[in-house]
Amino acid sequence: MNKLLEVFLIGISAASIYSLMAISMVLVWRSTRVVNFAQAGMALLSAYIGYELVSRTGNFWIALPLAMILGAAFSAFIEFFLMRTLLKHSSQGAIAAIAPIIATLGLLGVIRATIGFIWGHYDRQIEAPLSKVGFKIGENTIAMSPMSLFVLLFVIGLVIIVTIVFQKTNIGLALRASAYAPEIAQLAGIRVSGIRTLGWAIAGASGAAAGILQTVNGTGAISPESLEFSLLLVFGFIAAVIGGLESLPGAVLGAIILGMVLAVVQIYISGTLVFIVAFLLLLTVLILRPQGFLGTKAGRRA
Amino acid sequence: MIEDLTVSHGAIKAIDAISFSVAKGTLAAVIGSNGAGKTTLMRTLSGLKDASSGRATWMDHNLLHGKPEHHVRNGVSHVSEGKSVIAQLTVEENLDLGALWRRDRNEAKSTKDEVFQLFPRLEERRTQLADTLSGGERQMLAIGRAYMSRPQLLLLDEPSLGLAPLVVEQIFQSIRTIVDTMGVTVVLVEQNAMGALKVADYGVVLNLGVVAARGKASDLIADPAVRAAYLGY
Repeated sequence: MNKLLEVFLIGISAASIYSLMAISMVLVWRSTRVVNFAQAGMALLSAYIGYELVSRTGNFWIALPLAMILGAAFSAFIEFFLMRTLLKHSSQGAIAAIAPIIATLGLLGVIRATIGFIWGHYDRQIEAPLSKVGFKIGENTIAMSPMSLFVLLFVIGLVIIVTIVFQKTNIGLALRASAYAPEIAQLAGIRVSGIRTLGWAIAGASGAAAGILQTVNGTGAISPESLEFSLLLVFGFIAAVIGGLESLPGAVLGAIILGMVLAVVQIYISGTLVFIVAFLLLLTVLILRPQGFLGTKAGRRA
Repeated sequence: MIEDLTVSHGAIKAIDAISFSVAKGTLAAVIGSNGAGKTTLMRTLSGLKDASSGRATWMDHNLLHGKPEHHVRNGVSHVSEGKSVIAQLTVEENLDLGALWRRDRNEAKSTKDEVFQLFPRLEERRTQLADTLSGGERQMLAIGRAYMSRPQLLLLDEPSLGLAPLVVEQIFQSIRTIVDTMGVTVVLVEQNAMGALKVADYGVVLNLGVVAARGKASDLIADPAVRAAYLGY
């Protein structure tokens, strides 16, 4: 029974961070039909910016939102100057489908190299603002610390805000319309290219939060070659695909499924199998339900 | 007002130096068979496609310059071919979309009431996803969405496509209402030549990218050559 609780807590903590990453993959996919592999680099860069802000201001609670804003600005910058030019000049055929993906992979390398150049190729440490020692229930320490509880609540809050913005506001309507049918949105008078940049900006903020929260909730260490960030990218992507790649609720659902399955494997079998199981899960979903859990067939086509 | 307008797909001229003009507050029908260049004409006028040469203006506004969203803001709305609604959004969201760019929120609301008056069916289904609508309702929604931008010039591409004759009649009547009571100028592109000419004031017959005939709609219906070639009797 205790073990089951542990699985649940570990799973939900991991899921909260995966869902931030998955949300940013989904937002970028919806606005420009690009799978953004540079998201890991952008999240890592945001973690470094977070590190700088924490050491300068000495206050994590100021650094986190500031780093998210900068992450959003950087992501919007990439869309505006890199992706827009690229999509304009490769408008047809196989190259048009592949070029943006290769470009984001290249960008990932560039960001990592730049980080190494600026901050050096060794670990930097972000101090966690809250205790990472698990809460105690009676004699037992559970797998949920004040830090990971904050992460969980923060992510839930963020998901609620994003949902309200997308479902209830005019900007959200423009974002959805531009994602589903850019030409019709354009004919309705929406400035679709600006909305695309906005989609990337929100994705950048979400990715920045994922990078920083994962770091402080984990070992606190970041390095340009960080394996954790590559895993974050892969798990975020898998969560997004499980959820259907189109849908924000799908991204969160995918992250929860992935987090729980990986927690079960970690607790009952072995932590070394996590990577393999994640891919098996992805394959199983793609075979049994290729459109993902909350994706529609029509949506994938559009 | 269109002068010597030419539009090419690669080496092929889809439209070759056509000219015609539409008077304000009237309904003009552009008819012709498949491949006559009707859709290309519409896409060019709304800014989705670039012209090779010629001029196209509406009042003082140059239709050949700028993106579609720019034209919408200058009073030109386009309903593209094939029931251009967004299936994943609700009926009301589709309508709101057409007025998102407008700053006069209160007037936008009264525009929505006008749309509901014109198409009561849409009001009944306002919270349903557009995906659940019938073909005719989707066409109403597409026209309603375009009307939400308060256009002076409305470009409609084949609203009758795939609809039952009775529904087509209804849609054409609504278009007539938009022209007569709301003062909007409409250019209607149709393969359903007879239906379109019957409801229109003015007609243009396109054939393989050139104007084959033009004139008052009633004259075109009476013209034996047009009848034989396009009206089928």
